[in-house]
Amino acid sequence: MKVSDEVMIQMDGVHKWYGQFHVLKDINLTVHKGERIVICGPSGSGKSTLIRCINRLEEHQKGKIIVDNVELGHDVKNIELIRREVGMVFQHFNLFPHLTVLQNLTLAPIWVRKMPRAQAEEAAMLYLKRVRIPEQAGKYPGQLSGGQQQRVAIARSLCMNPKIMLFDEPTSALDPEMIKEVLDVMIELAQSGMTMICVTHEMGFARTVANRVIFMDQGEIIEQNEPMAFFNNPQSERTKLFLSQILHH
Amino acid sequence: MAEVATRHPPGSHPDLPPPTMEVGALGWMRRNLFSSPLNTVLTLVGLYLLYLIVPPLLEWAVFQANWGPGTSRAACTKPGACWTMIRARFGLLMYGFYPVDQRWRVDLTFILQFAAMAALLIERIPGKRYWAVFLFLIYPVVGFILLYGGLGLPVVETSRWGGLMLTLVLSTTGIVASLPIGVLLALGRRSALPVVRMLSIAFIEFVRGVPLISILFMASVVFPLFLPEGMNFDKLLRAIVGITLFSAAYIAEVIRGGLQAIPKGQYEGAMSLGLNYWKMNLLIILPQALRISIPGIVNSFIGLFMDTTLVLIVGQIELLGMAQSSARDPNWLGTINTALAFVSVVYFTFCFSMSRYSQYLERKLQRGHRR
Repeated sequence: MKVSDEVMIQMDGVHKWYGQFHVLKDINLTVHKGERIVICGPSGSGKSTLIRCINRLEEHQKGKIIVDNVELGHDVKNIELIRREVGMVFQHFNLFPHLTVLQNLTLAPIWVRKMPRAQAEEAAMLYLKRVRIPEQAGKYPGQLSGGQQQRVAIARSLCMNPKIMLFDEPTSALDPEMIKEVLDVMIELAQSGMTMICVTHEMGFARTVANRVIFMDQGEIIEQNEPMAFFNNPQSERTKLFLSQILHH
Repeated sequence: MAEVATRHPPGSHPDLPPPTMEVGALGWMRRNLFSSPLNTVLTLVGLYLLYLIVPPLLEWAVFQANWGPGTSRAACTKPGACWTMIRARFGLLMYGFYPVDQRWRVDLTFILQFAAMAALLIERIPGKRYWAVFLFLIYPVVGFILLYGGLGLPVVETSRWGGLMLTLVLSTTGIVASLPIGVLLALGRRSALPVVRMLSIAFIEFVRGVPLISILFMASVVFPLFLPEGMNFDKLLRAIVGITLFSAAYIAEVIRGGLQAIPKGQYEGAMSLGLNYWKMNLLIILPQALRISIPGIVNSFIGLFMDTTLVLIVGQIELLGMAQSSARDPNWLGTINTALAFVSVVYFTFCFSMSRYSQYLERKLQRGHRR
């Protein structure tokens, strides 16, 4: 998959604190259109916080984040503009339990994009087919398995036709037998040319689809490289230790 | 258990029916009424208490009661309840001092209201959107003109309204107005904007810290002192505003409880899709929070319904006041028990209906997303 020169996300010297705690330290990251980036690192290293800053679920206190040529600041209009273009998939799915699967998918297109209902439903069914669960459209999220719910969540984001997809540990809350069905959908999405940033510990996924792997520890980007080099020839001691721990299990 | 253990090779075990339990009325009684010595004693005590209470009550209210027409206490010759008084005073109890030849207007108002409410609340009836528009936008104007006057109808001052009619006017306007205000206050109390949050907290805590009676007094006695000469709001309107704001503060806290039960992920899911604050709350958060809050909200509504009796102290005579004054009439002295019994039955009917409807609503909404 070719990566274009167009810059989708630009983070310059981003810092973030939770009270006294310095979670993100001088993050500099440029993501081009069509890039698939996997972020890994021990828990508490700030990787979730980093991608949550990209659609402003978390606020950064210093530095500059530009997404799709719009700078994130306190301007609510800009934030909503960016969120429309940036899809996000969460560890715990965050589907809306009081709405059916189809309603979950059509809600944002209808209310945010002002799409006519019929058109939104047609598009939703298309995406449900793409994640291979069109037959569940009329059910409520609580009636689905974890893997199915996560695929619905992916479809829900795709219905907004986003330019960027963020994945925040999408398979961490799933039973082992359901991880593959979600990863398959993500791999397919990557092959379609979507710009993706994915926080995950699925190193197989990183090898298959990523064109860059980023390793974070204690709020800093320690190392980034393409997957082959990253896994076979890690540079820092911290990365080597981390890889030895997660790969030998 | 001397059951024969049937063995099945792995992978071929059939689905067996569950063990038979004791079913039927006897089984139910054994499980629920006589399951232990203590339970048995409690059941017997309960039955004895019912034996003590129910027969005399029926005797008083039904068998020994006076049902016939009459114009004074003398018509009630039997020792039981004097329903004769209720018959004689029925018009007053229902309409207060509303002019007799205009009472059809009250009837029509409430027929319209109950018809529209039924259409809105009963699932099978189609066109919910139009009924809602009618009930919440058109009906208040129609109802006001019908009750108060205008457009060719002679004006009936609110001081002449009374009895059950006044109770219903107070409670329905209170209920309809206090829910949205309560929702806004609850959202305000959780707002990220400090000014909005502080104002909401101040309002809620102030209102909750003051008895309704003093709010009504302030509304009817103190408030007019601050108004410029000649400017005056209707006394009933002030009472309604007082009751509404009082109830809204309580409802706000009930709804805040519901809001706190919504996981953070729901907000993040909604925000990540680009929904703004109001859309997120209206489409995602409130539907879930209100569903959780139904028992508490209905509790507040029932409380509000009861609290309407307090307008008596600002000179409005609703159902309870009317019943009391009827029993104080020299012609009907000694019928206060009957009057209170009648009022209780009316109040119970309305409150129990609300309670049942809320239970139905909970079950219906539960059906949607069972896990």
